[in-house]
Amino acid sequence: MGKRVGMEVAIASAEAAALCKFDVAAVYPITPQSHVAEHLSDIVNDGRVDASFITVESEHSALSAAIGAAGTGARVVTATSSQGLIYMSEVLPIASAMRLPIVMLIANRAISGPINIWNDHSDIMPMRDTGWISFFAENGQEVVDMTIQAFKVGEDRRVMLPVNMNMDGFQLTHMVEPIIMPDQEEVDRFLPPYVPYAALHPDNIVSMGTLGLPEIYAEAQKSKDVALVNSIKVVKEVWKEWEKQFGRKYETIQSYRTEDADVALVTMGSMGETAEIAVDELRKQGVKAGLLKIKLWRPFPFDDLKKAVQGIRVLAVTDRAISFGGPGGPVCSEIRSALYDEPKRPEIVNFIIGLGGRDVQVENFMDIVRRAAKGKLSEPYEIYGVRG
Amino acid sequence: MTEKKWPETWQEVNPGCMVFRPGSASEYHTGSWRAKRPIWENEKCIKCGVCYIYCPEGCVTETADGFFEANLDYCKGCGICAHECWPAAIKMVNEED
Repeated sequence: MGKRVGMEVAIASAEAAALCKFDVAAVYPITPQSHVAEHLSDIVNDGRVDASFITVESEHSALSAAIGAAGTGARVVTATSSQGLIYMSEVLPIASAMRLPIVMLIANRAISGPINIWNDHSDIMPMRDTGWISFFAENGQEVVDMTIQAFKVGEDRRVMLPVNMNMDGFQLTHMVEPIIMPDQEEVDRFLPPYVPYAALHPDNIVSMGTLGLPEIYAEAQKSKDVALVNSIKVVKEVWKEWEKQFGRKYETIQSYRTEDADVALVTMGSMGETAEIAVDELRKQGVKAGLLKIKLWRPFPFDDLKKAVQGIRVLAVTDRAISFGGPGGPVCSEIRSALYDEPKRPEIVNFIIGLGGRDVQVENFMDIVRRAAKGKLSEPYEIYGVRG
Repeated sequence: MTEKKWPETWQEVNPGCMVFRPGSASEYHTGSWRAKRPIWENEKCIKCGVCYIYCPEGCVTETADGFFEANLDYCKGCGICAHECWPAAIKMVNEED
């Protein structure tokens, strides 16, 4: 039945990977992911899973080793953060192009410079177009659940893609939270042993990571894109199965008090819980506020978004990254283009919040909703609370 | 049935572009990148085989009569054979000539 424990979320993510009986972990430590790396290493050292821990000299090597291991048919986990993820960037699209279901635990952290170890989403956003499935967890329980789900989704023969599970650095990774940790028998029932589509072995002829001449490159990319777009069906199927077995419901976009909402906030990651409190407070004051929490970032749930925004007059989209010189935060520009062709669509305002660990409190979300209710901002997007 | 050189449509692409037979790299006819090709003047050739040794593609082969020729499916026209040939028996000519 699982056991309710108090556990640091970074440690819990490594424990969840252990429940999935990974074969190989290739990880380079970086704040605030270090506890994940250390704990995966402990788990292997203590013989709790029959696995190898590859000590690598960089994140570039970590993901390269992960790809090599996954090519042999191993179930592979890696983890990183910030500069480490950027350093992996050359290898990220190769993992997805080779259709290797690696699971990556990302402790989201701002990227340099100025150098900053605190939380925002500026690490994953530049990496969003590399062909990985991206989950965004809101709390420790979701971190554990999504880590286990990630293996199941990625390894599905209809998907065969790597999955990254995003958890906010410090705000999630370093918090001790009450978590229901599934037991081994439950996870074994949910996640069957990995049977790879193909594996490098002297007895079987297979070339992986081949050259793609101009005559085939476009077809190869189309095939990868279709696989990623179609994976949303499997994500939803796996989440339904999870709900049936574990009783916790997962949706691509989770609505909170939006039935009669006039203004709805949009969040991704750990700030959803703070925003919920802000919505409750506003409701007490008679403001018809609501909240949409995005849990699946790639493939982007376009249809679910269109359904979720029905009846909402203003969407206050929050982003935790800047697209420098672009149309606004990455989440907002996705939402704007998703709704552009809709005959009836909400007004959309974009606030960029919580950069580099800047605290965003309940009152800030309440203020954002009140200002959004008045409609357009004086600029296309606003870095909320910026001085000057 | 002869296998296709490459998939016609995206639906035919194997997941991850994996190839399940050996030696398939030889089907990449990289000679199509060539701008110049080597021409041997056999009357100057002393059959030393320097062109064969230096060709970085390994596409120069010895013919039955002891002279040499390049397999133009793979020759990229780098000109190293012509440069190394000390009796100057190899000329590089433009593809379009």
